[in-house]
Amino acid sequence: MQIDNYLIRQTSLEKLFNNLIGNGKTVFAPQASEKRILFEKVKAFSEITDNYLVTTNAAKSVVFPRTEKLFSYKKTKETTEITDASTEAVPEVVLWGTRPCDAAAFIPLTDTFNGDYPDILYNNRRGKVYLLSFSCATCDEYCFCTSVNGSPGNTAGSDILFTKLSTGDYLAEVITEKGKKLVAENQTLFEAAPEEEKEPNLAKVKTYFNQDEIQAKLQNLFENPVWDEKSRACLGCGSCAFVCPVCSCFDIQDEKHGSKGTRLRCWDSCGFSLFTLHTSGHNPRETQGARWRQRILHKFLYMPDKSKVAGCVGCGRCSRVCPADINILETVTSI
Amino acid sequence: MTEFEPKIVAFVCNWCTYAGADLTGTSRIKYAQNVKIIRFPCTGRIDFMLLLKAFGEGADGIIVSGCHPNDCHYTSGNFHARRRWIMFRGLLDLLGIDVRRIQYSWVSAAEGAKWADVVNTTVTAIRELGPYTDYAKVANYLEKEANV
Amino acid sequence: MNELIQKAKSLLESDTVQVVIGYGKGSADKTRAIFLTKPEDCDQLLFDSRCVQNLAVYLTKHEIKHLGKPAIVAPIPVLRSILQLAVENQLKESDLVILGVSPESKLIEFDSFGAIELFLNAYKIQIDEKYKATIDKIKAMPVSERFAFWIKELEPCFKCYACRAACPLCYCPKCTVENNQPQWIPAASHLLGNLEWHVMRAMHLAGRCTDCEACYNACPMGIPIHLLTKSMLQDVEEHFGPYGPSVGKRNTLSSFNPDDKESFIR
Repeated sequence: MQIDNYLIRQTSLEKLFNNLIGNGKTVFAPQASEKRILFEKVKAFSEITDNYLVTTNAAKSVVFPRTEKLFSYKKTKETTEITDASTEAVPEVVLWGTRPCDAAAFIPLTDTFNGDYPDILYNNRRGKVYLLSFSCATCDEYCFCTSVNGSPGNTAGSDILFTKLSTGDYLAEVITEKGKKLVAENQTLFEAAPEEEKEPNLAKVKTYFNQDEIQAKLQNLFENPVWDEKSRACLGCGSCAFVCPVCSCFDIQDEKHGSKGTRLRCWDSCGFSLFTLHTSGHNPRETQGARWRQRILHKFLYMPDKSKVAGCVGCGRCSRVCPADINILETVTSI
Repeated sequence: MTEFEPKIVAFVCNWCTYAGADLTGTSRIKYAQNVKIIRFPCTGRIDFMLLLKAFGEGADGIIVSGCHPNDCHYTSGNFHARRRWIMFRGLLDLLGIDVRRIQYSWVSAAEGAKWADVVNTTVTAIRELGPYTDYAKVANYLEKEANV
Repeated sequence: MNELIQKAKSLLESDTVQVVIGYGKGSADKTRAIFLTKPEDCDQLLFDSRCVQNLAVYLTKHEIKHLGKPAIVAPIPVLRSILQLAVENQLKESDLVILGVSPESKLIEFDSFGAIELFLNAYKIQIDEKYKATIDKIKAMPVSERFAFWIKELEPCFKCYACRAACPLCYCPKCTVENNQPQWIPAASHLLGNLEWHVMRAMHLAGRCTDCEACYNACPMGIPIHLLTKSMLQDVEEHFGPYGPSVGKRNTLSSFNPDDKESFIR
């Protein structure tokens, strides 16, 4: 699809935000607190921070909530009444301030939920999300989007991508039909495209490896000491998976209260020992090394094999939050 | 509007309080009917999490009761329980879970009248505090919100 | 530092231990746990104020036990955890070599758990005044407000269990949250699930926690869960006297005194 370029003034961003709220959309944007920056529901433009590299958590919870009701049931003497989770109750959501890596993550995420059968709940939510991303002007030693076919100004996945220019105003690249719809609704805020180039305003993210080469190498690396060596300090928590914008493993849980209850879909992580534990007591992935291998192989081998897109967008969140400082980039480059 | 009837769950030990409650009945002492008694072998067996489960299922108040110190059928179950309650009460208080809604007591097998009194005063106190809506809001969160 | 490196080298050379657990350079400006099995690698060891991860957590992990007998670099929080693990019969003196690090960064060797206890007597667990003030402030809120405060604090918890994983005293091979037939604590990270999980975690650490703050440091969401255990430490002290792991003494909640005092039981 043809990308349309516009200029949007710094001062117009707030107007755009207010219009979105005014049109009844729910807006999630980065909000800073003492120890973290999270995508949170915001009501006023002033609540949003623009001083962040990436948020602590991923934006995926908007389409894949950490606890999602699938259905509820009620038993009476004669019947069992089942009520499916309502798809209509889901509001239209604007994700404001995603980074290009966050937006790109929705591509493999959507693939996963449309494998053997399309996931109605996921697709319903995804269909109602508008992604308004902002390019990265800075990066740190954990960022490696350029190694996994991304970039700090990558448009893939976003509906509109804003890039801050030297004047303080923004270049707006309108990528999708959804983006065009938003522009049409706010036509007065979008002016003729600026002349300034986008590229000089982007962060310089170092390229550490090539995804295709890694994928080829991993084919024959199932048995290798690197897995144990690189995961020795692993504590077996799920923080890497839960902050990852692509990780989508879940567990099905039934919560019952007397004669009624709900079935829930809850986040799960391959880092947990319980994840693969069989009823017999046997655990096919007995050590953290085997679990770490699964995480890397899934992201850099199985997913690209299956759907052509890697399961990692190089945001570096997992490495930033790991309490044992296990670094995914370090593992991949040491292969 | 009907008057609020508190729902009270009582966790009691088999050897003292349960027998005491039995005596209340055989002595034909009348007491509030708001209480649902759950019998345990010993107060030492009453997992602290059961109290939260009771609140989660809609209890407005809780009674935990067992043998007087030195009278435990298993010698020391109630001593262990007492320590656990001291710690648990402190934690709940810090968390803002209303400790006024939990009444602890020692009721022996001979104290049928005391059991009636413990139940009656607890019901009166909870009636004054009203339904435990703070906790219910958290426990029933999923019924209202589609998702987290 | 040199002293520590030389000692680690000689322990590996003489095969007294098969692995040295210590701190090394991490990513960015962080340090991380390293596991050295060759004497020539010992130069990677370092120690400074950034080394806050509690290494004692690795002593009970089967992946690490598999490497052989360990020597462990142990600043004061790690020493406290080792002593507590000893009290709970999770470690034997012959199981490990302790490379103690004093607050002045001096190497101290300990030949027994008793020696650690003697040394730690000079470094009693003390809750920081700023935390005491925060706890007091929370306790001063009306009960509903306090509850709302904690529900909001715990809301971002997505149950990655990093707090549990990083805690040296959470060594159970099967945690209560993994009891799923039936599911005792909700696996879901909704408000009730989060509340019950954190109550359970705190209660299971009551009278055992040595205040190393590993749980708080590990939490990716920065939830102040350490306030719960700190407050419980205060409660232990208030009700049962001075607190600290001690060889031959049982944990607060696995022991009792017939004269324990309370004011709330009828």
